[in-house]
Amino acid sequence: MTAADTAPLTYPFNTADNLALSDAYERARDTPGLVRVRMTYGEPAWLVTRYAEARLVLGDLRFSRAEAAEHDEPRQSEGQRNSGILSMDPPEHTRLRSLVAKAFTVRNVEKLRPQVRELTHGLLDELEAAGPPADLVDRFALPIPVAVICRMLGVPVEDRPKFRIWSDAALSTSSLTAEEFDRNRDELRAYMAKLIEAHRRAPQDDLMTALIDARDADDRLSELELVDLCVGILVAGHETTATQIPNFVHTLLDHPGELARLRAEPELITTAVEELLRFVPLGSGAGQPRYATEDIEVGGTLVRAGSPVLVAVGAANRDALRFSSPGTLDLSRAQNQHLGFGHGVHHCLGAPLARLELQEALGALISRFPHLHLAGDITWKTEMLVRGPRIMPVGW
Amino acid sequence: MTWQVEVAPERCIASGMCAGIAPDLFTLDGTHSQPVHAEIPAGDERALDAADICPAMAITIREKGEEIGPRP
Repeated sequence: MTAADTAPLTYPFNTADNLALSDAYERARDTPGLVRVRMTYGEPAWLVTRYAEARLVLGDLRFSRAEAAEHDEPRQSEGQRNSGILSMDPPEHTRLRSLVAKAFTVRNVEKLRPQVRELTHGLLDELEAAGPPADLVDRFALPIPVAVICRMLGVPVEDRPKFRIWSDAALSTSSLTAEEFDRNRDELRAYMAKLIEAHRRAPQDDLMTALIDARDADDRLSELELVDLCVGILVAGHETTATQIPNFVHTLLDHPGELARLRAEPELITTAVEELLRFVPLGSGAGQPRYATEDIEVGGTLVRAGSPVLVAVGAANRDALRFSSPGTLDLSRAQNQHLGFGHGVHHCLGAPLARLELQEALGALISRFPHLHLAGDITWKTEMLVRGPRIMPVGW
Repeated sequence: MTWQVEVAPERCIASGMCAGIAPDLFTLDGTHSQPVHAEIPAGDERALDAADICPAMAITIREKGEEIGPRP
């Protein structure tokens, strides 16, 4: 009997109120071939859980994102997310990506380090002055990436409460109807369109102005692409980092030996962040299925043209065929080519910025507060594509 | 006319972007990307695209020794 003969497993496997990797992934990784899964909406899919196959599917252009729009894409909520750069293939994808890639290169992002450091220390000063306990999410994890991406893109940071609602909805997996999902998206688009108009009238030294130039002077993207690109950068530019900061703190508090090592050897912060990116399965489940454009064999399973494949990077990041002691958190792990930022043409645009923010935020927090601890129950985000604390009370 | 393609191994983070865009120009050996051919016929726009979007700015394209990618 092959996996294809059995009924698809219900997916996603992970639960929202913790950061554990479901045992179902381990079973899937140990099963020859790919596993058949079904999400709440859309057609059944193949699920990839091993590292080598994850790299193959994410890195090979015979697997298409654009094709998903032509199918009943497997997904967690009713509305199909088929707009934006994540739903495009090269060369269209390359055209948009190259417009913003420069702003996010390692070299250019590194220039932001002093201001991220200053921002981080300012927030820690405020926490210290107010005294414990405090919500780490609202007072620290969220303000850092929000301030950075707002400044970079040219969005007023005071609007944070407004776009937080839209951005939550954009990443929601809840029972939002397709209409509600569309309305949220339209509101966020309208907000961004207004900001773009304001920038057209009064150009600034920011990414939005650069993108407006690319549209108006060089006609390199459409107006809707311009709006969606700005929306995408705003949402992706803060939500994941804001979620991973408390996730990483939570994980370190769970591994006191490794936390003590990092405090004693602060220069480990670079490899520590990479290891946490590998170790923490951020997603509630895999999304953005890739569609095979021809028959392709993946890990012993023949994936037929027109079939969707989901890639569980959290599971691939714990593949023993690639990582030694994959379930162990080792903050000095070498050769850590994890898939936390994905792989291939959709590799996270903001990865260098996320790395920098995570390094600065974590490093400063644990050195400022040697007795950092949980000071109450965590309220978890539920029904989101990303997992993590919504409220995390800490003391020090 | 040819272009010279170079990937700086010390900067490459193996994101897979270049091999994703142009698998016939770049290949990933697990930890790094490498040009499939150090010299390619001039004019393949995808080589310049790859140099432009590399998050590590690890790709350099040259024409007669002069740097033409990444583009400014």
